[in-house]
This record gives sequence, structure tokens and C-alpha cells, in this order.
Amino acid sequence: MLDVLLTPVALLGRATLSVCRSTGQLTLFLIEGLSHLLRPPFYVRLFWQSFVEFAYFSLPVVALTAVFTGMVLALQASTGLSRFNAESAIANLVVLSMTRELGPVLTAVMVAGRVGAAMAAQIGTMRVTDQIDALTTLSTNPMKYLVTPRLLAGAIAVPLLVVVADILGVFGGYLVAILKLGFSSQVYLKNTYDFMTRLDVVSGLVKAVVFGVLISLLGCYNGYRSKGGAEGVGAATTSAVVASCVLIFFFDYILTEAFFTR
Amino acid sequence: MSPPVAAKPTPKIRVSNLCKAFGDKKVLDGVDLDIMPGTSMVVIGGSGSGKSVLLKCILGLIEPDSGVIEIDGVDVLRASSAEADAIRSSIGMLFQNGALFDSLPVWENVAFGLLAQRKISRKDARGKAPEFLTPVGLAASVGELFPAELSGGMQKRVGLARAVAAKPDMLFFDEPTTGLDPIMGAVIDGLIVDCVQSLGSTALAITHDMASAARIGTNAAMLYQGKIVWEGAADQLLHSGNELVDQFTHGRREGPIQMELRK
Repeated sequence: MLDVLLTPVALLGRATLSVCRSTGQLTLFLIEGLSHLLRPPFYVRLFWQSFVEFAYFSLPVVALTAVFTGMVLALQASTGLSRFNAESAIANLVVLSMTRELGPVLTAVMVAGRVGAAMAAQIGTMRVTDQIDALTTLSTNPMKYLVTPRLLAGAIAVPLLVVVADILGVFGGYLVAILKLGFSSQVYLKNTYDFMTRLDVVSGLVKAVVFGVLISLLGCYNGYRSKGGAEGVGAATTSAVVASCVLIFFFDYILTEAFFTR
Repeated sequence: MSPPVAAKPTPKIRVSNLCKAFGDKKVLDGVDLDIMPGTSMVVIGGSGSGKSVLLKCILGLIEPDSGVIEIDGVDVLRASSAEADAIRSSIGMLFQNGALFDSLPVWENVAFGLLAQRKISRKDARGKAPEFLTPVGLAASVGELFPAELSGGMQKRVGLARAVAAKPDMLFFDEPTTGLDPIMGAVIDGLIVDCVQSLGSTALAITHDMASAARIGTNAAMLYQGKIVWEGAADQLLHSGNELVDQFTHGRREGPIQMELRK
């Protein structure tokens, strides 16, 4: 009888310990990765490769996601706001939603699926084929070589992608408002510009920096710790994407609280 | 008057009472091994006997639970980061599967250690690729290929070229002939012997390929159940008089190792 009562408690305890252990390991991994930022040698070419992978090759998917999201927002806002005769607020709603939330979050989720997964798979393959050990034997610190450039690339590239996503999201809303809902172009743009504040954009960009680091961190961490051949690499890739998405939404809430709760 | 006693030479690599366990499984259980300068030591043993773990402990890739590893008299496990870096840069390693960096072309793989130690520029490294590839029997044009475009034997040769490019004091080989046909295995062994002799390096190889052990080694040791159970000249492997070694080298089903497996 006592066992039946204690089993769930034991499971809960084990799960809590596991979460604490993972959080600690992830934090130490991040600190070690960042600690190499200011110590030579600097792998500029590797940073640039990661940056291009993040920013340039993710651009099409981020652009399409942002345009369609802006279009859907305008449409949904139109149907919702028309009940209160408040259609004029469509521009306000689109720009607020894109800059504060949807721009950073959707960009981060798309990039996590594209770049974070590739990062985990690449580093995971290097781990299970002894390439990371080979780096060590060739006088190269694997953390400095593999992790630090990617952390930096994520922190710089994702905010740039978010700026593009914000602009294209607002443009998508604009297209629907002008072509389908019959808004005046001048009025829509004026409403957008008047309603947007600096804090909306800045908060979105701060989120983007955090999300960029998270995507790189979880991609590298899961890849670096993968084991057991192809199956292990697959598991690392899945973990990287799932954990990135969950932590993106978690930190989105934390940062929203920090920026907008008085 | 008694003749002067010659001073005993210091081993290049000394392993004393090395222990390593993964969970409850003791992989190394008090390994003692001395490797003298300029010799080629081959460690043989069955799959899972701890050969790779021993090699990785000496390389500093795995931290042992206890014991001492000395290289040139320096205690590797207690060395400063600078000392450890210096020791590591004096070791060349050929991994079992080559472990070539698949995102880099062959020339950059081969020159990676030199580039990392700032001994060569990228431009020079590309130009010097034939200098590294020719001794291992590869054409200069191979330098522009990527590892995925090479056969297993070519990957091993590139791995060997990378291991010896920085002219290291010590060369380590992890199962150098695994996955190769007998002829290619003999070719790789020959290249290993040539490289070790031309550099005057101290070599440590682990293998369970007896033909390879005989070709590479001057000395040999057998690792069994986490301990060195026999040590001697490599040419004595087939006539060691040790029943564990005899059974292993002759590939007999019956014997003490088989009995152990049955448990």
C-alpha cells in the first residue's frame, strides 16, 4: 500500500532531479562556450559559415512564414474587430503582434527546426565518428571550435532575421488590408507607424538574441553529448528541436513579463 | 672492481596502476605498461577488453579513476593546461575509422594540426598537400576531394598523413587495419612502419589483428580483464607460453578466455 503511494513521489523526485541536472549541465556548457569568446584563437571563418547558415539560408523560410502570418493576422483581425466596428485597429494589431511576439517566436521556431536540427546532427555525427576526439588530439579545443562560433552566430543572425520577419509580416498584413479589405494605403501605413513604439521593436530584438543563443546552445549541447551511432544522432536532433521550441516559448513568457508587466 | 651499472632508460610513456570503471564495469583494473623511446608497442586484446579506453586515457580523452600516466616524465593527469597542450601536440593519432573531418577537404584535414598550431598558413597548407599525401601513396589531386569521396583504405591513408604531418614524437594507432581487406591492411601497416621509422617516433598501437601486430610492433602486451597479462617481444606473440595469449593469437575456441565468456 505504501509502495503505491510512494511510487509517484519517487517518480516526481527523479524527474525533478533530472531537470535540475540537465539545467546545471546546460548552464555550464553555455558558460564554457561563452568563455572562449574573448580568448584567441578566433575562428572567424567558422563564425561566418554558421552566420550564413543561420541568416542567409533561413531567409526564404522565415520570409514566407512572416508574410503569411501577417496576412492571416489581418484577415482574422478583420473578422474579429468588425464585431466591434473597430476595423481601423487592424494595422495596430498586426504591427504589435508581429514586432512583440510573432516575429521573434515564429522566426525562432523555424530556425530551430532548420538550423538547430542540422547543428545537432552535424556535431552528433562528429561525436560518434570520433571527429571531436580528433580535434582534441590536433591541439584544438572542441568547445572553442564547434560551439563558440555557433553561439555568436545565433545571437547575431536571429535578430537580423526578426527584423526581416517584422517588416514582411507587416507587409503581409498591408497586402490583405489594401487588396482584400479595401483600406487606404496611406491610412494603413500611418496607423502602423503611429502605433508602433520603440519598446515593441526592442523587446522583440532582445527576445531574438535570447532565442538565437538558445537554438545554438541546444543544437550544440545535444549533438556534443550524443552517443550510440545513428540512433543517438537522431535522438540528439529530435531533442535539440523539441527542447529549443519549449524553451523559446518559456523564455518568451519570461521576457514578456520582464518588458511589459508593471 | 665491479663494472659500472648502466642507468635504466626512462620510459617515453609509463602507465602505472591505471584504473577506469564505467558504472559497475571495471574496464581497466590496475594496468601497468612501460613504452621505451623509439619502440613500437602493440597492445592486443579481445573486443571490449579496454584497449581503446587505455589509449584514450593516455591521450587525455578519458579521465581515469586512478593511477599514473607519465609522458617524458611528466604526470599527464596532474599537468598544467599548457603542459597538457604541449604533450598533446607531440602526439599523432590514427583513429579506427579515420575520423576525418567530413566538412573539410583532404588537404585541410591533413594540415589541420599544423594550422591549429599556427605552423603554417592556409595558403601554404594547400600548396604543401602533396608533400603530406605522397609518402602515404596518394596523388596530389586527392587533396581537393572530401572524405566522403574516398574509399576506406584512402581514408586510413589520409588519417595517417594527418597523424604524421606535424612530425610528432609519439604515434598512436587505434585498430589501424579494421575494416580493410588483407592487402590494404598490409599496405597500411607498411606505411605505419615507414612513418614511425622515418620520424624516429615512439609508437603505441592497439589491435586484435595478429598479422598487423606482428608487422607493426617491436614489443607487445596483452590486455585481458582490465590487466596486462603478458608482455614481451612482438615476434614472441605466437610462442609466448601464456595460455591466454596462445588462445587469442591462434584464435582457438577452447581455452580460458572462452570459459570466461561462458560465465
